[in-house]
Amino acid sequence: MAAPASTQTVDLIARFPGMVTADTRPGFTGFIVNKENLLEVAVAIRDEFGYDLLTAVTGVDYLAENKMEVVYHAFKTTGGAGLIFRVQVERVDPIEVPSLTGIWPGADFQEREAWDLLGIKFTGHPDLRRILMWEGYEGHPLRKDWKEAFYEEEVKPFKSRWPDGQHIYSEFKNPFRDNLNFPKDFDPEKYEPENEKDLYASLENHTLKGEGGLKTDQIVVNMGPHHPSTHGVLRVAVTLEGETIMGLKPVMGYLHRNHDKIGERNTYLQTIPYTDRLDYFNSMSNNFGYVTTVEKLMNIPVAERAEYIRVIMAELSRIQNHLIFIGMLMNDLGTMYTPSLYVFEERELILDIFEAVSGARMMCNYYRFGGVVRDIPDDILQRIKDLVVERIPAKTDEMERFLNDNEILVGRLKGVHLINAEDAIKYSITGPVLRAAGVPYDLRRADPYSIYDRFDFDVAVRYNGDMMDNYLIRFDEIRQSLRIIEQALKQIPQGPINSQKPAYQVRVPAGEAYGRIESPKGELAFYVVSNGKPNPYRYHVRPASFVNLTAIEHICRGAKIQDFVALLAMLDIVMGELDR
Amino acid sequence: MENEKLSLPNYNIPEDIQNVVAITTLDRLYNWGRRSSVWPLMFGLACCAIEMIAAQTARYDMARFGMEVMRPTPRQADMMLVSGTVTKKMLPAIIRLYNQMPEPKYVVAMGACASSGGPFKEGYNVVAGIDKFLPVDVYIPGCPPTPQALIAGMIKLQEKIDKQSIKTVRWYDKNKADSNYVPMPILGPDLIDVRRNAEYKKAAATQTTQESA
Amino acid sequence: MYGKGILKSLKVTWDRFWDTYTEDISWWLRGKKRYNSAEGIAHRSSKDTRGIFTVQYPEEQLLLAEEMRYVPFLVYDEAADGKKEVRCTSCGICAKVCPPQCIWIVRTNDPVTNRPVPVPTDFYIDMDICMNCGFCAEYCPFDAIKMDHDFDIAAYERSVYNLEKLLKPASYYAGIRPENAAREDEARRVKEAAKAAKAEAAATTPAA
Ligand code: SF4
Ligand code: SF4
Ligand code: SF4
Repeated sequence: MAAPASTQTVDLIARFPGMVTADTRPGFTGFIVNKENLLEVAVAIRDEFGYDLLTAVTGVDYLAENKMEVVYHAFKTTGGAGLIFRVQVERVDPIEVPSLTGIWPGADFQEREAWDLLGIKFTGHPDLRRILMWEGYEGHPLRKDWKEAFYEEEVKPFKSRWPDGQHIYSEFKNPFRDNLNFPKDFDPEKYEPENEKDLYASLENHTLKGEGGLKTDQIVVNMGPHHPSTHGVLRVAVTLEGETIMGLKPVMGYLHRNHDKIGERNTYLQTIPYTDRLDYFNSMSNNFGYVTTVEKLMNIPVAERAEYIRVIMAELSRIQNHLIFIGMLMNDLGTMYTPSLYVFEERELILDIFEAVSGARMMCNYYRFGGVVRDIPDDILQRIKDLVVERIPAKTDEMERFLNDNEILVGRLKGVHLINAEDAIKYSITGPVLRAAGVPYDLRRADPYSIYDRFDFDVAVRYNGDMMDNYLIRFDEIRQSLRIIEQALKQIPQGPINSQKPAYQVRVPAGEAYGRIESPKGELAFYVVSNGKPNPYRYHVRPASFVNLTAIEHICRGAKIQDFVALLAMLDIVMGELDR
Repeated sequence: MENEKLSLPNYNIPEDIQNVVAITTLDRLYNWGRRSSVWPLMFGLACCAIEMIAAQTARYDMARFGMEVMRPTPRQADMMLVSGTVTKKMLPAIIRLYNQMPEPKYVVAMGACASSGGPFKEGYNVVAGIDKFLPVDVYIPGCPPTPQALIAGMIKLQEKIDKQSIKTVRWYDKNKADSNYVPMPILGPDLIDVRRNAEYKKAAATQTTQESA
Repeated sequence: MYGKGILKSLKVTWDRFWDTYTEDISWWLRGKKRYNSAEGIAHRSSKDTRGIFTVQYPEEQLLLAEEMRYVPFLVYDEAADGKKEVRCTSCGICAKVCPPQCIWIVRTNDPVTNRPVPVPTDFYIDMDICMNCGFCAEYCPFDAIKMDHDFDIAAYERSVYNLEKLLKPASYYAGIRPENAAREDEARRVKEAAKAAKAEAAATTPAA
C-alpha cells in the first residue's frame, strides 16, 4: 500500500496561487477553491495529484454566514487519506456551482441530491432534476430556514415532553394536519401535477438512438416502485428497443425518510439508532461508521475490548449481508425461494447472536461513543466461535458446491459484463463491485480504521468484472470475514467496554469529520459538522448503495432487459440506505 | 332450507332461529376458509419488510397459516401488509395497489412506521401512518416487529376475520359497495389528499406564515 | 451436464427431509422431547441444528435472549400493603434521551407548595412511534423503565400506553431479565447502604 498522504502534503495553494486558499476555520481542513476555477483545480486533483475517486459531494448551509458550501472528498484508490476541497458561494438564489460530472461522473446523483435538498444548482449537470423528492415539491428541505410540517423545535429534546407532557398526536398540530405544508393561498383544485414529464424528457434525452438499419419502435417500460426484484421501492424507467435497453433512469426517493434532517435535530447519541435503519441488513456496520466519525470529532480513544467486539460484530454483519445477497440474487435469477430459505437459516443464527448481545435482531443500536453498550459474555463468544469455526464455513462450502456450477447460474452470470475498473472508479463505485472489477480497494486495508491493521486477511479481488466474479467475490469476502473473526476471538482481551462514562449528552468540539468504513456494500461514510452544540450542525450520510447506483445507467445501456434484474442485484443496493 | 334467504341482508333473526344457526355455521365455514388462506400482497417498503421475509422463511414459516403465497399482483391478494415507512412519494402507488385489490381485503400496519410514521414521523416526506388513508385492521407495534410478533399480529387478524359475518360484511352489501375506494392523492407542493381539498383551501387562505403551526 | 444441478439441489431438500426424521427418531430414542420443549428449541437454534428449523409459534416460542428488547414498560415495587410503589421519579431523562421523542411525562406538583414531587402523574409512551432502541432503559438512573420481552401487543387501534398500562411489577422484570435485575438490585442495595451510612455519619458528626 502506498504511504498515506495527508492533505497537507498536497500543496494546492502553491499549484494554484490565488485560486485556492486553505480552510482555516478551527476543526476544518482542506482547501477552499474559487468557484470559477473549480473545474480546472478538480482536473488537476484527479490527474496530477492522483485522487481518482471522488467519494462524497455534499452541501452545507451556513445560514448565519450567508454562505452555501459544497464539500468534496476525493481519495486515491491506492489508499491513504483523502483530499477535502470545497466551494463557498453566496447564499442567494440561484446558488450556482459548476458541476463535476464531466470529471467524475460519480458525482451525478450526489449533485442532484444537493440540488434537491439544498437547492444548489450545478451548472453543466446533464440531468439536474430532483432526485429524492418529486418534481414540483415546494422548497429545499435541508436548508436551515426550511421547516417541515411537524416542526416542533430546532433541536431535541423537545420541551413539550417533560415536565408537562400531555400526549398529543403531532399530526393534529399542523393547520393542514397529516404532515402537510402548503404555500400560502394554495388552491388544490387548480393544481396541475407535472412531475412525470421531466423524467420522460430526460429519459428521452439520454437514450441511445438506434443505428440505421431497421426502423424499430422504442417502448418505455416502468419497473417499480412496487416490484418484487428491485430490492425495495426503487423505480426504473427503461426505454427498450426489442429486448435491448437503450435508456434507463432510476427514480428513487420512495423511501426517503429524511435521515439527514432528523439527524441534524437529534443529539449525537440519538442518531445512533437512526443509523440502524439506513442499511437495515447491517445495523452493526452503520453504527460502526457513525460512532467512528463522531469519535474522530470528539477525539476520544476506544476501549480495547470494545474494538474487538466491534470488529467481530461488523464482520458477522458482513457475512449475513453477503449470504442474503446470494439468496436474493438467486431469487432474482428465478430460483424463487429455495436458496434464500437456506441462507436465511444461517442468517437467523447470526441474528440470534445479535439479539443476545445487543437486544434486537436487526436494529442493534449496539455501539456507543468510546465503546459498546454491554459486554459479550463468554458463552456468547463461544457461540460465535462455534458458528464461525464450524457452521458457517461448512455451509458456505455447501452453497458453493451446489450453486457455483449450476448451469442456469453460470449461463446467466458468466461473461455478462458489469463494469470495468476504469469506469468503476470514474463512477465512484466502491465495495465488492469495485473489487470484482480488479481494483483491490478495501478500506480495511486502504485506510485502516479501528483495529483492522492487526488482522491478517486478504483483500478479496477478482479481475473479470463480469457478474460471475461479482457473485464469487461475495464468497471470498465471507471467508475473509471468518478469518478476521477467528483471529479477533483469539486476541480479544478482557477489560472495560467503554472508554467513556455512559452519558446521554456528549461534548463534541466544533469542527468537521468525515468517517468512512468498509460496509458490506461499499464505502459508508458520514460527514458531520459540529458547532460545539449538543446537536450536529450538518449530518450527512454518504451511502454506498446510492453512489454505486449512479453507474446503473452506464451499466445497463445496451444490455438485455432480462439481465437488468441481475445487474441491479449485483450492485447490492438497499433502499433504506439509498434513499435514507 | 331457504337458501335464498341466507343472502338476505335484512333478515329477521328472532323469527327463524334455525336459519340463524345455518348462518353461523356458514359463517364459520366462510371465515375458516378465508382465515386459512390470507394471501398477502408481495410488497415491502422498508426494514420491516425484511422481518416479513424472515417470517416467511423456514424458522417462522407463515405457510402454517396459509399466508405464504405472496402475490405480486394486487388482484390476487387478500391482505396488504404495509411493512415499513410510508413516504409521501410512495403513497399514490400504495393507494393504487389497494384500490386494485378485490374484496375482501385487509390492511395490516406492520411496525411503528406504518402505524403512525414511527421514528421518522417528524420527517417531511413521511406519512404519519397509513391509517390516514386506508382502513387498518391490525396495528403491530415494534420497530421492527420480530417475526414472531408479526405472526402474533396475523393471529389477531384471523381472530378479526372469525368475528365477521357473511350477513354484515361490507363487500356483499349493495349500499356499501366501493365504500373502500380511496381517491388517489396527488403529489403537489406537498401531498394533496383530494378528499380534503376544501379544508386545505380554507386553511391556505387564512394561514399567515408557513410555519404558523 | 444439464439436469445435474436440479438433481443436486433436490438432494439438498431430500437431506433436509431425511435429517428431520432421523433427528426425531434419535431424540425419541434418547427419550427426549424435540418439540414443545426448551431443550428442543435451543437445539434447533444452535449450530448443530439439522433437519427441520421451524419453531412453531404460537405453540412453541423461540427462547428469547435476556437482553432482547421490544417495547418499554415501567417497573413498580410491591409494597408490603400491596400498594404499587412506582420507581419512576419523573426526572425526565428518558423523555430527553428518547430519539423519536415518544415519551410524554407529566410531573406531579405538590398541591400545597407547588414544588415537584418525584412521582409521575401520567406517563405516556406512543408505542407506534417507539423505535425499540432501549435508550430509555439504558439511561434511566432509577431502573424505573425497562424493555419488555412481550411482543404480542398487536392491536386493532393505535397504542398509546398510559401510566396504568405501562406499569408492571418488579417481579415480572426479575422474571424476564434475572441477571440484570439481580445486578441492579445489588447495586441499588449497595448504594442505599452507603447512603444510610453517610446519613448516619452526618447525624453523628454534629453531636460529636
Ligand atoms: S418500524 Fe422501524 S423497522 Fe419498521 S420500517 Fe419503520 S423504522 Fe424500519
Ligand atoms: S423512567 Fe427513569 S428516566 Fe424516565 S422519568 Fe422515570 S426515573 Fe426518570
Ligand atoms: S425504547 Fe427508545 S424510542 Fe422507545 S421509548 Fe425508549 S427511548 Fe424512546
